[in-house]
Formats: sequence, structure tokens, C-alpha cells
Amino acid sequence: MASVDVIGVRKAFGHVEVVHGVDVTIRDGEFVILVGPSGCGKTTLLRMIAGLENVTSGEIRIGGQIVNDLPPKMRDIAMVFQNYALYPHLTVGQNMGFSLKLKKASPAEINSRVAEAAEILGLQSLLDRYPRQLSGGQRQRVAMGRAIVRDPQVFLFDEPLSNLDAKLRVAMRAEIKELHRRLATTTVYVTHDQIEAMTMADKIVVMHGGIVEQIGAPLELYDRPANQFVAGFIGSPAMNFLSGTLNVKGGTPHLTLADGAEVPLHKAPAGSDGRPMVLGVRPENLLVAQEGLAAEVGVVEPMGSETQIAVKAGGHALICLIRDRLMPKPGDMLRLAPEPAHVHFFEAETGRRIDAV
Amino acid sequence: MGPFLISSSFAGLHMIVLDQHPPKPLRPMAAPGAVARLVAHRDWLGFWFMLPAGLILVALLVYPLGLGVWLSFTNATIGNAGRFIGLGNYTWIFGDETFLHSIVFTLAYTLIASSIKFAVGLYLALLLNKRLPFKALIRSIILIPFVVPTVLSAIAFWWIFDAQFSIISWSLTRLGLIHHNIDFLGNPLLARACVIFANIWRGVPFVAITLLAGLQTVSPSLYEAATIDGATSWQNFRFITYPLLTPIIAVVMTFSVLFTFTDFQLIWVMTRGGPVNATHLMATLSFQRAIVGGSLGEGAAISSSMIPFLLAAILISWFGLQRRKWQQGSGA
Repeated sequence: MASVDVIGVRKAFGHVEVVHGVDVTIRDGEFVILVGPSGCGKTTLLRMIAGLENVTSGEIRIGGQIVNDLPPKMRDIAMVFQNYALYPHLTVGQNMGFSLKLKKASPAEINSRVAEAAEILGLQSLLDRYPRQLSGGQRQRVAMGRAIVRDPQVFLFDEPLSNLDAKLRVAMRAEIKELHRRLATTTVYVTHDQIEAMTMADKIVVMHGGIVEQIGAPLELYDRPANQFVAGFIGSPAMNFLSGTLNVKGGTPHLTLADGAEVPLHKAPAGSDGRPMVLGVRPENLLVAQEGLAAEVGVVEPMGSETQIAVKAGGHALICLIRDRLMPKPGDMLRLAPEPAHVHFFEAETGRRIDAV
Repeated sequence: MGPFLISSSFAGLHMIVLDQHPPKPLRPMAAPGAVARLVAHRDWLGFWFMLPAGLILVALLVYPLGLGVWLSFTNATIGNAGRFIGLGNYTWIFGDETFLHSIVFTLAYTLIASSIKFAVGLYLALLLNKRLPFKALIRSIILIPFVVPTVLSAIAFWWIFDAQFSIISWSLTRLGLIHHNIDFLGNPLLARACVIFANIWRGVPFVAITLLAGLQTVSPSLYEAATIDGATSWQNFRFITYPLLTPIIAVVMTFSVLFTFTDFQLIWVMTRGGPVNATHLMATLSFQRAIVGGSLGEGAAISSSMIPFLLAAILISWFGLQRRKWQQGSGA
């Protein structure tokens, strides 16, 4: 087991730079998820840690040792690929034991270590099958088994669940998390699915356009997003944004929207009177109230435990998530007010978070 | 069921017409006749559908082949239909040193040319599968020998290996390495090497391009996985590329061996089987005896003697082509 340090890493393909100086520190045994929309550089970063891509500049350390120029096999890592990359002509057992065979381990040792990994993953009965004869979830498990057999210092996962159906994905999510708990191996996991990131990670690294937007524990990111991008990316349904100008009238702040509608607020960042501002409110924090922003109901989606309502208010399309069995009809008018304790302010120009006082 | 419905409705129509005549007792519909049953029966249906294709095959393949084999049992010559002489031709040719020699040379020609074609083709395919500058251009250049008509390239080689005007001899003389022209196609051993070289030159593109197509079906992530698993580039080839390529290798090499074994044009244009029959393949010898020499029966016997060798090659590849265990099972 080892720590992983990414220090000022840049990556360019020809003249196009895709990773613009990334710093990430991963402690020994930590489960870190790199998350971001496609093209954000997260997979490239993972492949640089694996040694499948060169580092253009900067440093990558595994267990304190600089690995920039080490070939993948010298880095003592194991990787699970998005398409599993199982060797089609080898059986499950041979797939799992392949790395040991290359290391010229004795057949007895290979067998015992494959059996051990197979037991952890419940693959004992499948060891003689070929990858073609397996279901998606079983292949996924074999790919993990191949990684476990190597007993590496670091596990790397590249979107391992994206080829599975929704139900299996939820099950495998729990399984991977449980596996990490048992083995306590440092893990770097790439996904574009923020729910995977929220549910599995010790620490999330949100990437966007080749830079790191924010690093933090899942709920930290949820509760205090550093900027508008992270606020909009983490959480589902996504956070609502209202842009307008902050006005303090008679001691109570209001956000005045473009069409003149006003959102009453309880607090506002210091010295923000008259400044353009983006207000962020999560759907579950946008409440139906006696007074507030007038909103016209669009689509109503009852999900049983809660109801998702799409509304139009002050020129913005908003989503509202309510737990009451309130069933408005399309075209109905509602009044909405944000929950005072759960309001986020972002600078209109930079999108940076500003804390209210 | 289709034909049944049609026949029953036809029967119905008949009955309506018949009804205008003095009434007859209504009978249950007659069972369809034996022929109708045969036409409509499920198990026979496939046979009927295959029949047209089968007839074309018989006309174009089986008939000439059968005629060839029949001729080999007769003493036919050009202008003379001949009569059945049993194994006469065969006993004669198997006592003929030229024929026995042509068998040996055909086998050697096939074995040497095919192995080198495989090795060079595989090497080129692996090279072209890597990131190379001007890859598309190189790929099309490699295809040229395959595109040029065989006779044309054979004439070019004939010229290159000519006793008097050979560019090789000319260059070597100019370089001061030799003082006399080399008689490439006049020396039996050299002539054999030259025709084998020409065959390799012509056959490599087919092997290279087909193997390249096979290589491109191997997912790059398999190599990445193997690299992380600790494989060197040789181990990558040995444990990933080669096993995944074997089905395609089997197909390509079957064709390559069949084409090489039955080669005719190159030899006929370059040497006509000479010098002193040194470069006769079974195909060229057969042509010479049957058409040039007029002994159709003897030529046919030589051709027919190729059949067991070709069947053996096909059988070997058939076993090689059998779906491997890892290819079975449900789809991806």
C-alpha cells in the first residue's frame, strides 16, 4: 500500500494541452474518486498514474518514489478497465493468474492466489469459463480479480461500472466499497457519475477542463461547493441557479432578477449591496411557501417518496423537490422560497463561492 | 403451411364450380399427393432452396473436375477422344523422373514460399499496426505487387533475371563485384530460387494486409492490461497477439498454400519449367504434357495427382479453423 502524489502535472497531446497543472494528494489506503464531465482529463490523469501515458511536466509519486519514467509494470499498480480488457482466449483462472505467470511464479502459488481472489469475489465456480461465457457483472468481477491477485500498492479503476445496467451498478458499487474496506488498498477511481463519487469515495476530486475544481469529502463538496461548476455538478437533480443583483432594502437582502422579481433572503455576503450575484439553491431546499418567488408549474414527476416539480420563475427554469404529497397541475402558480440555511452565493463573473455572513 | 392453404382454396373454388352440375355428395378434402407433400415438407424445403445453387456448382465445378479425372484414365490426345486405359497414365507418370521431380519441387516451392510469405507478411502487418508516419501511403505501396497482373510482374522478373539484360548483373558489374553476367534462369538452382523469390514478392501483400486486418480487431486495451500485468513486448506478442490471431492465420495460410501449390503463371512466363525441367511445378508440367505436348490423358493424370495434396492442405486447415473453445458461447 502506498500514497500517491500528483504534483503540478500537465499533459499535452501534440500542441493541445489537456491537463493544465493538477495537484492531488492521496493518502495511503484512501479511496479517491476523480469525477468530471467527459473530456475533463480525469482518465488521462489516471492513465498517467498507471504509466500508460507520459507525463508532459510535473511529478507523480507512488509511495514517495517518483514514477514518471517507470514503466507500468514497475509501478506495482493494478488497473480495471472500462471494457474490462479480459483476455478472450484465456479462462477466468488464467486471466487472473496471467500477471503471476509472467513473473514466473510456481503453478502452486498461482493456483493458491487465484483461488484466494476468486473466493473474495465469489468466482470459484467460474474459473474454467471463458470471458465470452460470462455476464457483464461477472466479467467486471473477473477484471477486479485480476487486479486483486497482483496484490498491488494501488488500484486504478477507469469507469468500471459504466457498461453495467443500473441495478447491477448499484450492487457493484457496494461490492467495490466493501472490497476496499477489506483490502484497504489505496484506490484511484475515475467516473463521470457523481452519484458513484458521492456514495463510494473518501475523497472526491472534481475535474473540469483539465484543472481541479475542488477536492474534498463527498458531503463537504455537497454542502460547500467551491464554485458554481462543482455546485452544479455534484447533486442530483442539479442545483438551481438564479442570477440577479443583490439589494439590501431596510436591512433585509433581496436578489432582484432580470425581470424585476425579487427573492427574499435572510442573509447575504458582506458588502454585496448592488453587486451582480448568482444564487444557488438545491431542489430540496426550494420550498413552497406563502410568500416568495412566483413560479408557474411545468412538469410534475411524482416518485413516491418525493415529487419533482419543474417550474418557470423570473425567466429561470427551476427544479423543486418536495416531500409533501402536494400535487400541483401544470399551469398552477406556486410561491417558492429558499431555505435560509441552505443558500449558496457565487460571484457572477468568476463563479467563485462567497460565504454569507 | 402456405402450399396447403393455397391448394385447399383451389379445391374450394373447384367445388363451387362443380356445384352448378348435379349435386355430388360432399367429400372431405383429399389429402395432398405424394409430390405435393414432398414439395411442402419442412425437411425437404431446404433442399429445394439449395437445388439451383447446387446445379450451378455441379455444372461449373463437378463436371470439369469429373471430366479431368475421367480423362486421366484414358489415352486421349488432342483430336482423339481416346479410350479407357485404367491406371495406365498413372503407372507411366509415377515411373517418370520429371514428374516425380516436379512433385518434390512443388512441395518445396510451396513450403519455402509460404513460410517466408507468412514470416514477412506477419512482420509487415505488425509494423503497419504501429504508429508510423505516412501509414496510409505505405499500406497502399505494399499492396502494389498484389494489384499488378501476375503475368506483368512475371515478365518484369523475367527481365530482371535475364541472362543478358539483367539489372542485377548490370549493377554488380558496374560496382566491380562480378565480371560476367549471372545466368539467373539458366542455372537450375538459381532459377528455382528466382521463381520462389518472385512468388514471395507477389504473395506477401495478401498475407500482410489480411493479418493487419486481424491485428486491428485486437482491442488496444488488452495490450495495456498486459503491459500493466508486466508483459514485455515479446510476451505481448506471444501471449496476446499470436493466440488471438490464430484463426485468421489459419484462413490466410490455407489460401496462401493453395494458391502457391497451384501456381502456374509465374513459372510459365519466367522459365516454362526450364532449365531442364528444373522449375516445373505439377501445374506447369501438366499443361505442357496435355496442351503443348497433346497428351491430354497424361496431363490430366498429372493434374489429378494434385488433388490428394490439396485435399490434405484443406483438411489440415479445416482442423485449424475449427472454432476454438474461447470463441464459443454467447455474444459479447
